[in-house]
Amino acid sequence: MKDMNIASQPGDALQTQTVGTSSTMPKIAFKDVTKTYLAHTANPVHAIQHIDLEVRDNEFLAIVGPSGCGKSTLLHMLGGFVEITGGAITVDDKPVTKPGPDRGVVFQQYSLFPWKTVKANVEYGLAEKGLPRKERAEIAQKYIDMVKLTGFEKSFPSRLSGGMQQRVAIARMLACDPDVLLMDEPFGALDAQTRLVLQEELLEIWKKQRKTVLFITHDVREAAFLAERVIVMGARPASIKATIELGSSEDKTPERVDEYTTEIWNILKEEVLRAVVPHGADH
Amino acid sequence: MAATRFLFFYSPLLLVVAAWQLGSSTGFINPSLIPAPMSVFNGVYTMMSDPSIWDHLGSSLYRQMTGLLLACFVGISIGVAMAHYTIAQIIFEPLVRLIYPLPKSALIPLLILWFGIGHASKIAAVFLGCLLPIVISAYNGTRGVDKHLLWSARSMGTSGVATLWKVYFMGALPEILSGLRIALAMSYTLLISSEFLISRKGMGYLILNLGEIGDYSGMFGTILIISLIGFFADRLFVAWMDYVLRWKGKGE
Repeated sequence: MKDMNIASQPGDALQTQTVGTSSTMPKIAFKDVTKTYLAHTANPVHAIQHIDLEVRDNEFLAIVGPSGCGKSTLLHMLGGFVEITGGAITVDDKPVTKPGPDRGVVFQQYSLFPWKTVKANVEYGLAEKGLPRKERAEIAQKYIDMVKLTGFEKSFPSRLSGGMQQRVAIARMLACDPDVLLMDEPFGALDAQTRLVLQEELLEIWKKQRKTVLFITHDVREAAFLAERVIVMGARPASIKATIELGSSEDKTPERVDEYTTEIWNILKEEVLRAVVPHGADH
Repeated sequence: MAATRFLFFYSPLLLVVAAWQLGSSTGFINPSLIPAPMSVFNGVYTMMSDPSIWDHLGSSLYRQMTGLLLACFVGISIGVAMAHYTIAQIIFEPLVRLIYPLPKSALIPLLILWFGIGHASKIAAVFLGCLLPIVISAYNGTRGVDKHLLWSARSMGTSGVATLWKVYFMGALPEILSGLRIALAMSYTLLISSEFLISRKGMGYLILNLGEIGDYSGMFGTILIISLIGFFADRLFVAWMDYVLRWKGKGE
């Protein structure tokens, strides 16, 4: 299987690896991860091939890449929702086999339980953990307040705007107190202004809570603003094109964010063009 | 006011009744074929004042509710299982396709042969008639559940089996309830036609019996009673459904 695809391995991948900067064990590790759809047919689809990636403890890592480059698939595999075809994914050195409350998720589609109120949604994971009602209510209230939805506890999601629904989803994830936050283009469906507000709020919350975040986005500026490190992915086959260290978010001035945005975009542009402009070889 | 709106909405019916009464009074409508409204209302009154009506009504409603509840339980289980487990789909899908176009009333003579002339054969007829709309709606509803909802629940510690109830059933509920409403309407058809065939009790038996002895006003009165029960059952169901699905947005 591996031998078959050597020809399609990108040899010109710009690698700014940071191996050795953290002496401790990585929080998350992708080791030679492969995902092939229709593996046992005549036309297998190689969504992801030989991805190696390490995420440090309490790191905010963003992954950007053109549409269909498999960046969401990476997150789905880490979440345990999609099985890997080859290689291994570990969290705290333990292989991921199924979804679990150590990895919280927020999806672009909000994915709240529409039949539950805001409060019941935020309490869901706590109820699954078997927490008593009173404790559940206290924790839920804390996170509902944190995402500034005080007063909407009894509302159903259908009554809330997209931005408010995504705040509920973030509160629901945080209430479970997971080690790792998986965010799959969480602000992708929101209008530009709401997106900016939620980006700032997420960063504030992250500074207080300090969790390991894997943040998938196609918005380059969003990645530059939020993340400490950005991975640029290329499509066909999915591969890591570059790793850019942005440093701590505390000393990131708007000017620095602009510079990072340009830097990331310069690398990404080539990949996006490759993805949107049809090549003879690809079609 | 809901009551005012209700009366206003159904007020055109008064015109129909008035025209019917006029037709009967002028001899335009033959009273031996269609009795006048007043004589039908009179029939309702006569039927309701006879205590034996409760016996008939009771056994009819017992048969209908038992058949419907059984269909509900079995239908939702099969529908959700079909959407979720490939093996269940392989087993049930050909059966569903085969039974779907079959007129369920055609099976009534067979059901009487199997289950006798008492309650069981009528319950079986109602069950069969109601089963498929429920299976199909539960199947479609379950398949329509967004995988991100499932993933969210799984990532918060819900086990795979528990998602059947907590995610799939709940997510499919709007479709399941629409299917249930259709099944409710079907249940009266199957109930009455099974009671027509061979029966010693029930509203269907009563209608046939009154017709045979020539008591047309009593017969129409009985038809009116069972129709009104069906009508109010449907309105009640819709009100309950709106309450249960109150989380749905207005535009949906």
